Amino acid sequence: MGGTLKNLTHLDRLEAESMHIMREVVADAERPVMLYSVGKDSAVMLHLAMKAFYPSKPPFPLLHVDTTWKFKEMIEFRDRRATETGLELLVHSNQEGIDEGIGPFSHGSALHTDVMKTAALKQALDKYKFDIAFGGARRDEEKSRAKERICSFRTAEHRWDPKNQRPELWNLYNTRIRQGESIRVFPLSNWTELDIWQYIRREGIDIVPLYYSAKRPVVEWEGTQIMVDDDRVPEELRKTAVEKSVRFRTLGCYPLTGAVESEADTLEEIIQEMLLTKSSERQGRVIDRDQSGSMEKKKQEGYF
Amino acid sequence: MSDQNSLLETDIRGYLEAHENKSLLRFITCGSVDDGKSTLIGRMLYDSKMIFEDQLDALESDSKRVGTQGENIDFALLVDGLTAEREQGITIDVAYRFFSTDKRKFIVADTPGHVQYTRNMATGASTADLAILLIDARRGVLEQTRRHAFIASSLGIRKLVLAINKMDLQNYEQSVFDDIESDFIEFAEELATGIEIQAIPMSALEGTNITTKSDKTPWYDGPSLMEYLETVPVDDDRLNAPFRLPVQYVNRPNLDFRGFSGQIPSGSVKVGDRVKTLPSAKETTVTRILSGDQDVQEAMAGESVTVCFADEVDTSRGDLICTAESPAQVADQFQARIFWMADDKMLPGRRYLMKIGSKTVTAQVNETKYRIEMSDLQDRPARDLSLNEVGVCTLSLDQAIPFDPYNEIRETGGFILIDRLNNNTVGMGMIDFALRRAGNIHWQSVDVNKEAHSAQKNQKPAVLWFTGLSGSGKSTIANALQKRLYSIDRHTYLLDGDNVRHGLNRDLGFTDADRVENIRRVSEVSKLMVDAGLITLVSFISPFRSERRMARNMVEDGEFVEVFVNTPLNVAEERDVKGLYKRAREGKIKNFTGIDSPYEPPTEPEIEIDTTKVSADEAAEIIVDWMKERGMLG
Repeated sequence: MGGTLKNLTHLDRLEAESMHIMREVVADAERPVMLYSVGKDSAVMLHLAMKAFYPSKPPFPLLHVDTTWKFKEMIEFRDRRATETGLELLVHSNQEGIDEGIGPFSHGSALHTDVMKTAALKQALDKYKFDIAFGGARRDEEKSRAKERICSFRTAEHRWDPKNQRPELWNLYNTRIRQGESIRVFPLSNWTELDIWQYIRREGIDIVPLYYSAKRPVVEWEGTQIMVDDDRVPEELRKTAVEKSVRFRTLGCYPLTGAVESEADTLEEIIQEMLLTKSSERQGRVIDRDQSGSMEKKKQEGYF
Repeated sequence: MSDQNSLLETDIRGYLEAHENKSLLRFITCGSVDDGKSTLIGRMLYDSKMIFEDQLDALESDSKRVGTQGENIDFALLVDGLTAEREQGITIDVAYRFFSTDKRKFIVADTPGHVQYTRNMATGASTADLAILLIDARRGVLEQTRRHAFIASSLGIRKLVLAINKMDLQNYEQSVFDDIESDFIEFAEELATGIEIQAIPMSALEGTNITTKSDKTPWYDGPSLMEYLETVPVDDDRLNAPFRLPVQYVNRPNLDFRGFSGQIPSGSVKVGDRVKTLPSAKETTVTRILSGDQDVQEAMAGESVTVCFADEVDTSRGDLICTAESPAQVADQFQARIFWMADDKMLPGRRYLMKIGSKTVTAQVNETKYRIEMSDLQDRPARDLSLNEVGVCTLSLDQAIPFDPYNEIRETGGFILIDRLNNNTVGMGMIDFALRRAGNIHWQSVDVNKEAHSAQKNQKPAVLWFTGLSGSGKSTIANALQKRLYSIDRHTYLLDGDNVRHGLNRDLGFTDADRVENIRRVSEVSKLMVDAGLITLVSFISPFRSERRMARNMVEDGEFVEVFVNTPLNVAEERDVKGLYKRAREGKIKNFTGIDSPYEPPTEPEIEIDTTKVSADEAAEIIVDWMKERGMLG
């Protein structure tokens, strides 16, 4: 670099802030964990963690809450990344939900999400007694997220009280909690969707291939184009499947994540498409559109 | 945005290169209720095309349903996120918003207008480079405007935009603008020095002077709001300040690598630089700097790095690495400005946890020198601080810490105070300077120590702390216990209201602050008596848990025995041995515990005595048995 100092760009500053948050929180935590959802935000968060603790490994495991309805390519990618990074990967599914056969086709998106995602996450946090859980949520995703702290305090019942949040001053994080309480920590709070994509491009971060366009079999279900990922798609729907060039803007359970028709198969084209189509990111997720303010309600109940 | 859009369509790589290298500006917007903050931010998001189409559809339907602008778009609905806020039409909490233009990315902290949420404004201001103060042109500079300007400037923000809004409702009259501007500048002269003020006439609703200069204000020759925000220099002061690195994390994967991680708040560091770690004050040389997984030769303010040293210098989390040429100061007593953020008052004498940089210590507010009235910046006498009040206080810590005055470096001079019981962040503070006498107090070490004293008396010293309502029977039981212990040749002393209130504490009354000080002194005296090897009986109402916790923390584990003399209020009031309840009920005694002052019963007392079931002598026997079981009586 010689003797002259470069100017820090917005990406440099966001990266430094996220690394600061992770180190600070981990230093005081007893049992931290990183929630790894396999999506692009998780990919960035994992990349930042590898940097923050280099040359050590991040001193926490990854936790994936598997609803059993994730895309197959997500599971393959998840297992490969865990092997490559050498981090411990914990996978938790709600066994009661599996026993009762809960699924999006048979029980609807709301109940499925509630049982297989929200309840499963609480089970996993209780089972391993994690006091700190990193999550990849960003403030630009949704209005109630815009008001959430970086360190978001949860009661022993995992509830969020939006009216009683601790003030968060400078870069000082108060992570003191009592037995049973926990904190959800969002190191990517100040990143936007565009920042995430730019950073993935700058750093060459590996992401699930589903983000890139390819010929995939899709059917129309509840107004959304969903991919036929396995034969749990009801047979009468499967019969209507057609091959289309599609990709996914967000990744979750395959029946709840709408595909968009697209030819974008490079990072640059994805970003270009995102900026030109101007349709906000979570639109593909069925859960948000249920009712106004639904994310805030979900969060008070313990949804990440 | 039009150039950008064509670049986006034709040359996505060129577009991304340009947008990867933007700078970042963080600012806050603040002002009174209804000044139009949310509308302004909604307008900026809209004009910079950061609203996606599906959000715009939702916005249009929401505007018709709950909006306040008739058939027009209500931009405020874009940013008022929480359901409670949307229903009440106000902004309760800090909301963070993001947008960018060709030149910059912006992070906006939208902060609330109501007085009771002033603390949320301070939260937003703590990370901001610039503040936009919204003023309603019809109402001019209000108390809340002055309050926000004061907070922004005390937190070190040196650039203020005076956004004189709703000019459309004043027919864009220049005189309205001029009057408000000069009114504010007159007030601002009392604020910290070096503040730049840019006043802009605007209408967020009509979009006047937001992105481009409007012909509705031909008399105004300054920039539009966006022009100003895009070009105002982001402070370089931190780069020119001396190098600091608070150690967050010691990175030690194996015996060959030992690095110290943290984010640099100020200055820069090169491989080969001489540094000093505080408080140990050992000097060494930097041999490696890691930025993420890359070795670099140099790192600067804002970066998160890991550094390695030439020597094995004992350094741990909470220490501060400084340039050896100009290290930080080290002290354990300070004068600081404190902004109180909790419903419970800040009380002198109470102990709080203090977090500064990556260090957490115990701090006690010794004295509130005065409170600053934010509306006129005048000092007012004060002993304690309530929610949203700012005061100048002296603090003492249980250990010396490295620091810089807040005015010089924010991150090494700013701290938060944490309540030790509920763990809430209750205050924020900014260190002004160290109190010199800190260096002069030395603890005397003596050879005839506590162990010698207690061995001589054949007992374990302890504090038996009797707490309960007035008239609950504390002193009666304590007296019975003292007689019983005396009869078996144990050395005791009883501290109660009669022998302390009339002497040591006769200058104290019964306000909350005085009650805290009363208990603090009694705790200190009982600690000395424990050092002298005595079984110390303390009989005080001591209504607050946190003071009893303070007393407990002053002595060693196992030496504090909390005895809860549990007598229901109606029973104590019926007994009314001293006639005090009657007088309190008649209003002749103020701040009487149980009547108009709270009593917080112990949650986990070592011993609980139900006086409706046992006599004083029986109670004394229960306590003696308890002490014998634990080997406290030799």
